[in-house]
Amino acid sequence: MRITQGTFSYLPDLTDSEIRAQIDYALKQGFAISVEYTDEPHPRNCYWEMWGMPMFDLADAAGAMMEVTACRKAFPDHYIKVNAFDSTQGWESMRLSFIVNRPPVEPGFRLVRQEIEGRSVRYTVECRTAERPESGRG
Amino acid sequence: MNEAAASVDLQALLREANVLDVLDALDRDLVGLQPVKQRIRETAAYLVVSKARAALGLTGAPPSLHMSFTGNPGTGKTTVALRMAEILHRLGYVRKGHLVSVTRDDLVGQYIGHTAPKTKEVLKRAMGGVLFIDEAYYLYRPENERDYGQEAIEILLQVMENSRDDLVVILAGYKDRMDTFFRSNPGMASRIAHHIDFPDYTADELYEIAALMLGKLDYRLDAGAEEALREYIAKRRVQPNFANARSIRNALDRARLRQANRLFASAAPVTRDALQTIAAADIRASRVFTAS
Repeated sequence: MRITQGTFSYLPDLTDSEIRAQIDYALKQGFAISVEYTDEPHPRNCYWEMWGMPMFDLADAAGAMMEVTACRKAFPDHYIKVNAFDSTQGWESMRLSFIVNRPPVEPGFRLVRQEIEGRSVRYTVECRTAERPESGRG
Repeated sequence: MNEAAASVDLQALLREANVLDVLDALDRDLVGLQPVKQRIRETAAYLVVSKARAALGLTGAPPSLHMSFTGNPGTGKTTVALRMAEILHRLGYVRKGHLVSVTRDDLVGQYIGHTAPKTKEVLKRAMGGVLFIDEAYYLYRPENERDYGQEAIEILLQVMENSRDDLVVILAGYKDRMDTFFRSNPGMASRIAHHIDFPDYTADELYEIAALMLGKLDYRLDAGAEEALREYIAKRRVQPNFANARSIRNALDRARLRQANRLFASAAPVTRDALQTIAAADIRASRVFTAS
């Protein structure tokens, strides 16, 4: 199941030159770039693992692309996203966030039904990657 | 298109890139430095020719652009590096054309595992532009084999080789110490194609620089002060720790300070003329004249 989270997620995957162009746009706006990865793309999982520190004061997308490439190499089977973070106003907010890497096979989610008192049922959505043992999740 | 007919107008390429402006500004704004200006013109010509060759589909690896600037302090290495970044940008060899100026402290960490992220962060900031490493020989400390500088050098070499399109590295420092540095780091020496040596300024050039600096600040020297400044330069040049244009700038800063004090001490209202003029006494009060 194809995960659709963040900007551009209904489009075909961005090529590297398209990613570069988006990062260049973000830098031109004065945003800081960061790279994050996870194997658990649950919609409620808003804190992915950070790949290094956010990058401030970049002038060109090449530096951020270097980190994207390194992260892909380390976690080829994870979801990786690029965030553009705006602190120029004094308050801080995410302006742009898009997925730049997905696993070859996306296991998607399953619905878990928990039967409780009476005939009531509680539903929960679970990432299928969470079923795998810790050792298999890299 | 047959091959004989294919031609490229080099002058047009040069004009198109607006590089001539930068080269002319270099000639105009910087006093002396003839060999440096010559080398930069040659480098610019080489870059234009490489571009023309690429345009006609002639094979050849993209030119290696990493450089080393050697010379005594205050001879204009940083200023020229800024202009070089501009030239490279206009010719399309770097995408953004900014200059990131760093020293050992910005690259080398203080404990294990600190150096690599620090160096990488600087490299990322410099990408798309020029990384200027001042006093680069401090990166290599042979007396301490566990020095983290070596780690910074290795990362630097890797990026200089793999990301040639992304950044240009300029190493700068004293000539003799840079030579030692290159001898002990053959990897670094082999990746740097352009060595530019910055000569010391002559006394006349230093005077011209001083006049230029004062002119920019709306100051001028009276007749006695001109004489005094020439004498000051002659004396200061042979003293230790002389840093060429930088020493001159500091001397002028101190002269301006003394001028301000002198004007303050006199009760009479000051004229516009007096505010602009530096007198002989402002310069002759320097330690340089009394120390001998």
